[in-house]
Amino acid sequence: MSTYLQNLGHSVLDFFERLGRGHLFLWQLLLGLPLLLRRFSLVIQQLHSVGVLTLLITLVAGLFVGMVLGLQGYNTLVDFGAEESLGVMVALTLVRELGPVVAGLLFAGRAGSALTAEIGLMKATEQLSGLEMMAVDPFKRILAPRFLAGFIALPLLALMFSAIGVMGGYLVGVQLLGIDEGAFWSQMHAKVDFVEDVLNGVIKSVVFGLVITWIALFEGYDAMPTSEGVSRATTRTVVHASLAILGLDFVLTALMFGS
Amino acid sequence: MAKRNVEIMVGLFVALALAALFMLAMKVSNLSGLQGVQGYHLTANFDNIGGLKVRAPVTASGVLVGRVSAIRYDTQQFQAEVTLLIEPQYAQFPEDSSASIFTAGLLGEQYIGLEPGAEEVVLREGDELQVTQSAMVLEELIGKFLFDKASGE
Repeated sequence: MSTYLQNLGHSVLDFFERLGRGHLFLWQLLLGLPLLLRRFSLVIQQLHSVGVLTLLITLVAGLFVGMVLGLQGYNTLVDFGAEESLGVMVALTLVRELGPVVAGLLFAGRAGSALTAEIGLMKATEQLSGLEMMAVDPFKRILAPRFLAGFIALPLLALMFSAIGVMGGYLVGVQLLGIDEGAFWSQMHAKVDFVEDVLNGVIKSVVFGLVITWIALFEGYDAMPTSEGVSRATTRTVVHASLAILGLDFVLTALMFGS
Repeated sequence: MAKRNVEIMVGLFVALALAALFMLAMKVSNLSGLQGVQGYHLTANFDNIGGLKVRAPVTASGVLVGRVSAIRYDTQQFQAEVTLLIEPQYAQFPEDSSASIFTAGLLGEQYIGLEPGAEEVVLREGDELQVTQSAMVLEELIGKFLFDKASGE
């Protein structure tokens, strides 16, 4: 009996300890940011590996998501004689929800896991301790540039996802199914608001970018310095980041579009 | 050299993202909407505007000629006062033109249809459309229909 209680207590304490370490870690990351203004080339290097290399999968996924939305939306809307509203449906779905969320999930899978593996391996091979020995702060030199790059890259990726998704919806709706082109764009124009819809979508993706990069870097930094530990940390990054995106998306949607 | 390539790729990445933002702002959303549009304003009073909204289209013979730029309630005449912003190339509407509120399709959004009159004098900035027809409200129509039915028997 007492062993069960002890196990329960241990896991709860463990959880809070991790939570606390995570927040201290975030604080140190934020402290490292001001220095990057003077050495922005570090961030550009990371923007390449986090952003540019994720671009292709984001664009392909965005195009196909938009095309599927167009196809399925048309089948439903045509029953009500409202197939001209397809543009509105595709654009609002992408800009408000699917753009930030799907781009975030792809980002967590493609860039988040890579970040965790990289940091975890640096820790396992004692490169981080090596830097500390040379009086180079790994937070400022290694972690903060990656954090800032992830923070910048995801909103940009989500924007491109939404834009190419709308093009995909246009391809299927107008070119394939023959909806009137003018109605497609003008209805979209009339119903989608820049601040209300597009900017709120960007805010969502900024929050997701922060959370994903934070989780990825922390899991890498906190991983057991063995090959098994790194592989577990990588899995945890993808699972936790994806869950965080989906949960946060509900909260943000309720805050932004709820009332 | 490798560093140069990396920087070029990142530059391309950011430029693409800005292009996507520009497209979402201009083509998808209504940021380019009313502020940029030049034109002249007309007002029209309606007894009932139904579900008409600001930015609703104003059409003549089905062609988009402008948009609703403001809706307010006139406490002097107890009517809804709708301000229309008409694009400058459609400046030849006669003075006795009429405005009606229509519904696009059975369940669609409401818009204003302009019907040109026959006068020589054309409408200018700030003029009022005298002849208007209010929105059809489904409940009213059904009520009228039932009333006629009942009184007919």
